[in-house]
Amino acid sequence: MHQNINVALIGNPNVGKTSVFNQLTGLNQQVGNYPGITVEKKIGFCKLNHNIKANILDLPGTYSLNASSIDENVVIEMLLNKNDKLYPDVALVVTDVENLKRNLLLFTQIKDLEIPTILVINMADRMESKGISLNIPFLEEKLKTKIALISSRKGQGIEELKELIVTYKTITTEPCLNASVIDQDYFDKLKKAFPDQLLYKLWLVITQDVNFLNLERKEIKSTFTKSHTELKRLQQKETIKRYQFINEVLKEGLAVDKSIAKDFRSKLDRVLTHKFWGYIIFFAILFVIFQSIFDWSSVPMDYIDSTFATLSTMAAEHLPAGILTDLISQGIIPGIGGILIFIPQIAFLFLFISILEESGYMSRVVFIMDKIMRRFGLSGKSVVPLISGTACAIPAIMATRNIESWKERLITILVTPFTTCSARLPVYAIIIALVIPNDRVLGFLNLQGLALMLLYLLGFGMAIFSAYVLNKVMKISGKTFFVVEMPNYKLPLFKNVAINVVEKTKAFISGAGKIILAISIILWFLASYGPGEKFKNAETIINTEAQANNHSVSKTELDNRVAAFKLENSYIGVMGKTIEPVISPLGYDWKIGIAIISSFAAREVFVGTLATIYSVGGTDNETTIKNKMASEIHPETGNKVFNFATGISLLLFYAFALQCASTLAITKKETNSWKWPLGQLVFMSSFAYITALLAYQILK
Amino acid sequence: MRTTIHSLRKNEKAVIKDFDIDIIPLKLLEMGCLPGNTVELLQIAPFGDPLYLDVNGSHLAIRLETAKEIEVELIKNAL
Repeated sequence: MHQNINVALIGNPNVGKTSVFNQLTGLNQQVGNYPGITVEKKIGFCKLNHNIKANILDLPGTYSLNASSIDENVVIEMLLNKNDKLYPDVALVVTDVENLKRNLLLFTQIKDLEIPTILVINMADRMESKGISLNIPFLEEKLKTKIALISSRKGQGIEELKELIVTYKTITTEPCLNASVIDQDYFDKLKKAFPDQLLYKLWLVITQDVNFLNLERKEIKSTFTKSHTELKRLQQKETIKRYQFINEVLKEGLAVDKSIAKDFRSKLDRVLTHKFWGYIIFFAILFVIFQSIFDWSSVPMDYIDSTFATLSTMAAEHLPAGILTDLISQGIIPGIGGILIFIPQIAFLFLFISILEESGYMSRVVFIMDKIMRRFGLSGKSVVPLISGTACAIPAIMATRNIESWKERLITILVTPFTTCSARLPVYAIIIALVIPNDRVLGFLNLQGLALMLLYLLGFGMAIFSAYVLNKVMKISGKTFFVVEMPNYKLPLFKNVAINVVEKTKAFISGAGKIILAISIILWFLASYGPGEKFKNAETIINTEAQANNHSVSKTELDNRVAAFKLENSYIGVMGKTIEPVISPLGYDWKIGIAIISSFAAREVFVGTLATIYSVGGTDNETTIKNKMASEIHPETGNKVFNFATGISLLLFYAFALQCASTLAITKKETNSWKWPLGQLVFMSSFAYITALLAYQILK
Repeated sequence: MRTTIHSLRKNEKAVIKDFDIDIIPLKLLEMGCLPGNTVELLQIAPFGDPLYLDVNGSHLAIRLETAKEIEVELIKNAL
């Protein structure tokens, strides 16, 4: 008989919970969102033995069941809702052997929920070098649980853990301490009023601000309310009570021989948080990241670009001529190419960010940057969103959730979209390649790489500057809290990093990909059809014109002129022409105008649009988009369309404009108001227009 | 003058005595910052703030404004 059980993975941040998840499930996992909120929901599948399969749910990391963010709310809601189809049959509380004392706080709370609970003690391979020894039978007895000693890094103890999960029905659900002694009277009354409910569950409902489906909050509230201070005092008492219990248990259950512990951490801390070397190392790391992203990804990107150009030609040659073939070779293939060309740069960015986070280095950056960031109304924790923002603003804005102060968090959310996200990269890459020479200065600095570096700095600079202004302007008071854990240094695990990079890249490509592909197809239609007689009779008009002028022109030249004339009079051409007066002071023609309109919802569409437009406009498919853009001549001035002034103006426009519908949506979600995203949109877009205008007028 | 975490010097150890519960976030308590537990100042950030502490075996950093609110008693002859 086959059986499916639900297993929930719970634990503090930085205990290697994700590695345990990866060890149990391998690549057999799904990443989605909890309904209605943007908290990542990770479910994996694992075969425990012949008959039993487990759905393993990786819950967000939390220090306790007293939730202070929506990620932590998810944990409580899941553990209190017996009707949820993922409600755990068994809970695994993952702990770090070096931080057992603190990690056990959450464990004792979970035990109070009367779910069969296994205590997973991770990083057991470090016990010897840290001089730690455990009395497992004693701990199992006192904590009323079963213990699995594992090392998720080395894959030790995983099989034993699986065997232990199978026996979950034999594990007692009895709590390991009685926390209600902190106010016996109060809890007795509570118990009497709700005899069917779990006492700890009632307590959580009273103290937390989360939704519980089957428990009427108001009902409890009316008779059992206490003032905020009283509640907090009780929570403090509860925490002390739990720690007393834990200290007592560990006094016998855990022994640490301090003379053995080698202090690698404090040596590394001294260097990485040094007042001079700390910053030098941080900026050197950033510099290496940005130089390498541009240098390393250019080869695969060029390869992808030319592959898709060839594919287009092949499709056009080998498929029967007709509208469908045109749609494939001029709409769909360039559209997909425009998406796939992102993969190298996005993957590299996620790779670096994931290594910095996994190693524990990011916390040290938070530590040395906090004082500096506070001058601009930000927190040291804003560094993480600002760096992740170089990949994508969406996860970056979600990463602000651990900033305790609302004002610091709001400012971080508002300025993060200025950082150079990967959607800007293809735009930058193609324009830099067109207007900045590919030379080296001082022997090793690539000019194009340098230009890209400057654009990144400009993005950060603008983010910091607007934070400074917002901090001066906004009147939000409130106590600022700041607590950051300084985890142990760890060598990043290849498996964790790789899974993270693949998942993030996949999510980005499929999310952005759908929009880009849809827009590419719509664009192709708009560019291939037009209103009025001019579009329909393009061939005749051009032929008559050529004969009237008595010029002898070749067949190809004539075809090109017809195609260009058609594009100009197509729907999209008309749209571009309409907005030309607004954008020509910035140095853009109507074709660029089309690209700006279509990339309003997502910046990266800019390149795809130009790809589609130039594929429709010309007859030869084999040249790459870059070459086509480079040879584009302005019909009136006779200059190159993508000259230095226009290029710089475009770069600045894309650096500052908020061309991203997803960012607006996430800002709305995280701030719970339309006021902030709309403010962001108006401010960033007008700022972009003005700087691009100034740049072009000065440089032209 | 009362002794707080703010007045500790690097590598000094102390025992946490008391603090105003309304000012200190619950999260800090949960990480082990409770009366009776020991605290050691490990590092001071480059511009004097925040402070990097070992509280009851947990490694964490807090800002000066919070450190000023936590009263401690120095452990003599520590090291």
